[in-house]
Amino acid sequence: MRLLLPFALLLAGPASAQSNVPPPALADTQLPDPAQERSAKALMETLRCLVCQSQSIADSDADMAADMRALVRQRIAAGERPDQVRDWLIQRYGDYVSYDPPFSPASILLWATPLLLLGIGIVLARRSLKRRRR
Amino acid sequence: MIAEAGLAALWLAAAMALLQLAMAAIALSSRATEPPQIVRDLLAAVRPVAVAQGLLALGAFAALVALFARTDLSVLLVAENSHSAKPMLYKVAATWGNHEGSMLLWVTVLAVAGGAIALFERLLATRTHVATLAAQAAIAAGFYAFLLFASNPFARLSPTPLDGLGLNPLLQDPGLAFHPPTLYLGYVGLSVAFSFAVGALVTRDVGRDFARAMRPWVLGAWIFLTIGITAGSYWAYYELGWGGWWFWDPVENASLMPWLAATALLHSVTVLATRDGLRAWTIMLSVVAFSMSMVGTFLVRSGILTSVHAFAVDPTRGSFILALLILYIGGALALFAFRVGTVRQGALFEPVSREGGLVLNNLLLSVILGIVLIGTLYPLLAEAFGVQLSVGPPFFNRAAGPIALLLVAGMAVGPLLRWRRDRGRAVARRIAMPAAVTLIVFIALLFTDAGLMPLLGLSLAAGLAVASILPLVGRSPWRTPMPIWGMVVAHLGIAVSLAGMASDSAFTAERLVAARPGEINRVGPFAIRFEGIKPVVGDNWSAIQGRLIVTRDGGQPFLLRPEQRFFANPPTETSEAALATFWDGQLYAVLGRDDHGGRRQLRLWWKPFVTLIWAGGGLIALGGFVSLIGRVRRRRAR
Repeated sequence: MRLLLPFALLLAGPASAQSNVPPPALADTQLPDPAQERSAKALMETLRCLVCQSQSIADSDADMAADMRALVRQRIAAGERPDQVRDWLIQRYGDYVSYDPPFSPASILLWATPLLLLGIGIVLARRSLKRRRR
Repeated sequence: MIAEAGLAALWLAAAMALLQLAMAAIALSSRATEPPQIVRDLLAAVRPVAVAQGLLALGAFAALVALFARTDLSVLLVAENSHSAKPMLYKVAATWGNHEGSMLLWVTVLAVAGGAIALFERLLATRTHVATLAAQAAIAAGFYAFLLFASNPFARLSPTPLDGLGLNPLLQDPGLAFHPPTLYLGYVGLSVAFSFAVGALVTRDVGRDFARAMRPWVLGAWIFLTIGITAGSYWAYYELGWGGWWFWDPVENASLMPWLAATALLHSVTVLATRDGLRAWTIMLSVVAFSMSMVGTFLVRSGILTSVHAFAVDPTRGSFILALLILYIGGALALFAFRVGTVRQGALFEPVSREGGLVLNNLLLSVILGIVLIGTLYPLLAEAFGVQLSVGPPFFNRAAGPIALLLVAGMAVGPLLRWRRDRGRAVARRIAMPAAVTLIVFIALLFTDAGLMPLLGLSLAAGLAVASILPLVGRSPWRTPMPIWGMVVAHLGIAVSLAGMASDSAFTAERLVAARPGEINRVGPFAIRFEGIKPVVGDNWSAIQGRLIVTRDGGQPFLLRPEQRFFANPPTETSEAALATFWDGQLYAVLGRDDHGGRRQLRLWWKPFVTLIWAGGGLIALGGFVSLIGRVRRRRAR
């Protein structure tokens, strides 16, 4: 049984993460202005829940995600642009928090790859086609 | 006793795999035109050995299922992943709800697929057949070693604990119970394509017969993969409780990548079978398809996804799979490089022709595959260099979305092209109607608040739906070959699924509130009255159930009961969404937490036509199935 103890603690983790503390007001209630709500929602879908595995804060049950949703709505309601909110979060938590990797030397290869692949693919595909007879 | 028998069966299966490989290698190394008796005997004996290997692996897997079914807590794996107070379905499903069990399932599917090739494949030349079985055995041997040396599912635990730790409640769902086996049949079924390709390279036997022999096997694996992905997406949709159905999560991508490769392969193998073209490329794709399955297995099973550091803490399993990955993919690519010179360049094509359309299909599918692959691996690569970043939906949607729409447009035109050569003006006439439908829908929806991508998605879906039916025009439905029917149904399925995706992202209405009992909220055409909550009890959980009285446009009221469930083993809280399905969409209700002021969080969504996503997935798989029946019957008739 002692052997199992670490596993038991590990599995107890998720339950204690969802405490009975009430969620912050704006975590799961919409902003009155539909346009603001729409841009807040779009932003949330591109922000990573830092304590979950591969979930955005828009679809996570974790407390921290709820806090971040509330924060996003508050800042958008206060008139900040989504970019500003994202930048603020990136400053605090690093690039890791944004599912939309900002352009940087580290991400340039990522953004270049689709075009590169398409180019290589077109060159390869043309080789299986007959040349147009002139 | 059962555990020891299972372990013994696994060792024996591993021995059979080595025997199969050795026998095939010896037999194939003789190149004599008149092989001596011993070589012919060896060639003949490989098949029964492959069948025996499949049966032994199946026996080992059955033993593990039996251990889970009776909750034998003296087995470590059972104690860690099951619990006596669980419904029987989830006791059985717990067999593959963990690392060791799912790897055993993986290798079992591999061995059974090998046995099936040995029993049922009749089109291949004997030497190619044996080489194929040898390749299958080589893969199996590595994964047996992985199980036996790094992931033994039958290890005992002493002293026996009083009860097990339980299965993750998220996995305790009938849909998810059968999701992994379905997905694995597809995932690992693609090993057959890999082995066929290796076999054909070894015996230099790449051609139309090879393509015809391989096609039904790839089709079979692809059908399971399609069903597995569709079911997994629906599970995520209703079980996670946020209304999302695809997250570009690395685990999802791990199943999507083999599907993309297999879809490309199905189309290129058609070119090879019909026109003897794209030879080297088809071989390459066969290797890539199963390589993607192995990459997926590595990502999911090594723990590297949580973080590169988690992987570094306990690298045994991860490095083992990584080594196998490098060995098999590297080996196959090296063989490809050596032998590609002997694979004659196939026929060349006119650009405007069915072949040209299929080349475009392969080009675009491969680019999407590349995008998904780089997007999935990039965070790992970056982390290895000390940079932490995340790649998610914004990247995938922006990079792969436009190419996918291009692919859909190509899909509408491709089947209407003639083989060999077609004339641009004739093609324009044939696609006039679908093009007009696309344009009309586009203009009609221009004045809604749908975004550009959903708008393009909906209009292209409408055009594709019309275009996909056109190959049937002028044919007698009874005389139309089954594979044509299959293609029509599968392409229609893509249109249906795309319409669902676009409709969900364009027209979903959302309402998030903290509601007092008696309060009425509106979402879409619905008025939803929150009646209050009551406690309920299930098999191995208790729950708080919300009661919502719903009326649609003042019609007959009905009750929705979303729940917050509490599982004791292991202690976990899940939310069970309540869904009401209509012909034109789904109402989705989730009960959230108490706000300590007498109000309850409610999340309500009206999702018009969202169900089309999975209905389309079903159609795609059905199309594959119809086509498979046609292919198998045609083979029998021969």
